[in-house]
Amino acid sequence: MEETIVDINLKDKEEYVINMGPQHPSTHGVLRFETCLQGEKVKWIVPHCGYIHRGIEKMSEKLTYPQMIHLTDRMDYLSAHINNEAVALCVEKAMEVEVSDRVKYIRTILAELTRIASHQLWWSAFGMDLGALTTFFYGLRDREKILDIFEETTGSRLTQSYITPGGLMHDVHPNFQKKVKEFCKYFRTKLPEYDELLTGNVIFRERTIGIGYMSKEDAIDFGVTGPSGRGSGFHCDIRKIEPYSAYPKVNFNEITFTEGDTYHRYLVRIKEMWESLSIIEQLVDNIPQGPIMLELKAIKAPKGDFYQRVETARGELGVYIVSDGAPQPARIHFRTPNFSNLFIINKISAGHKIADLVAISGSLDLVIPDIDR
Amino acid sequence: MALLKTFKDIGNYFREIAEGVASLIRGMKVTGRYFVKPSEIVTQKYPENRAELKMFDNFKGELVLLHNDKNQHRCDACYSCERKCPNGSIEVISSRVTGPDGRTKRVLDKYVYHLDSCTFCGLCVEACDQDALAFSQEFEHAVFDKSTLIKVLNHPGSTAEPKEEEHKETKE
Ligand code: SF4
Ligand code: SF4
Repeated sequence: MEETIVDINLKDKEEYVINMGPQHPSTHGVLRFETCLQGEKVKWIVPHCGYIHRGIEKMSEKLTYPQMIHLTDRMDYLSAHINNEAVALCVEKAMEVEVSDRVKYIRTILAELTRIASHQLWWSAFGMDLGALTTFFYGLRDREKILDIFEETTGSRLTQSYITPGGLMHDVHPNFQKKVKEFCKYFRTKLPEYDELLTGNVIFRERTIGIGYMSKEDAIDFGVTGPSGRGSGFHCDIRKIEPYSAYPKVNFNEITFTEGDTYHRYLVRIKEMWESLSIIEQLVDNIPQGPIMLELKAIKAPKGDFYQRVETARGELGVYIVSDGAPQPARIHFRTPNFSNLFIINKISAGHKIADLVAISGSLDLVIPDIDR
Repeated sequence: MALLKTFKDIGNYFREIAEGVASLIRGMKVTGRYFVKPSEIVTQKYPENRAELKMFDNFKGELVLLHNDKNQHRCDACYSCERKCPNGSIEVISSRVTGPDGRTKRVLDKYVYHLDSCTFCGLCVEACDQDALAFSQEFEHAVFDKSTLIKVLNHPGSTAEPKEEEHKETKE
């Protein structure tokens, strides 16, 4: 008995490796951080992924392009519409067809609503990770309004499978425009609450300002995109670099900060919600008339390889299709944002306390099924 | 000089405390506002409100084969939906029957639907030319026995809706 106690005391001064996850409430999915600690300080982290690998890329090879749409919902489930759109755009690019303006407008509005909903959920969960349970209820209250809009039009709340190569599955619900406008008005009054509740909160600020610094060079080296990259001053917004759908027609700012800490990654997302609201408001009143689905004989990509990238709520999603002319892809690859964003974690959390690791991984906004696919 | 700096530090120290407390109070004001205004509460009491709870018309609950009041469905066993389903959740079992007019046609024997592997993508409903399929608003899918999720969608004793009747209906 006595011996054991002595052993532990001796070990105190040495490194100590613990596993955070694969089932840990703050990793929001099955991901394991192998964490080496020295006292309370993190020395290094090795992320282990693969716990929720479903082989979506391989499965897609057996499915036609419209059929594989429902699998992309299940990669980054918080950006389901945007994932659908990425595949649809890539196939349309391969077939050299262009959808009507109506479809483009609706796709863009849905994508921006998705972005807001995703940031709302992230804000809720991020607050909760740091001990502010209140935020969870406030964020989900507002997200519910968006999910209602989705549900009314597409029939599903999370995995909509609505945007398909050639257009949309069916037209939007007659209430769509009215509901979206109502939501914008509503959310403009609620978004300041987010700042009052969390952004200004002294405990929150103490736990995030100056924590988890990521330099612009690191962001570029590791391929960290989306709000996490933009918090470090990396201009990586695909909506600006390579505008697709209706983005060339709208005015919005790319939010960037140069500070690169957890707090500024947080601020990027809060500010992006304002920008998304303004994008939606610019589009929702002028949705033109037009066909919802292109008249295509068959949906198949010609021989060759095609690449299309879009900006999801978490960063750059690239879809790479290699086709041999069949209705199914010969090979499809997804360059998912979370996979690249994950591996910076060792660099930015080394030297911080283990409690800060939760804040840092929260600020990267990881969705685990997107990492493993 | 050093004394002045110390005073400044002490001042900053107290200012930070005051600002911190003020930020907490600002947050409490938001939560307090809802505390005294119960009319803005949005949560619902489920399952107590099951009677009033209504899904949207488009809601994709589970697949149903539509039947009219004469227990007739419109499926002519064309296998379109089975081929379109990415998960193999639909099995159409049919047989060839020779009618009184001497023509053979396919009739549906059994429409098997695997709710357990369906991902509610909606491709089957889209694929059906006969508008024979739809989604119901049913959302309480939890069961104790997995095998109950394999369903036969054509009602017992149902028949195919005669084509002539359908044409008449669409004309009207
Ligand atoms: S909704 Fe999709 S997965 Fe479900 S049965 Fe229809 S085609 Fe198959
Ligand atoms: S339900 Fe419709 S698509 Fe499926 S077999 Fe019957 S008629 Fe064909």
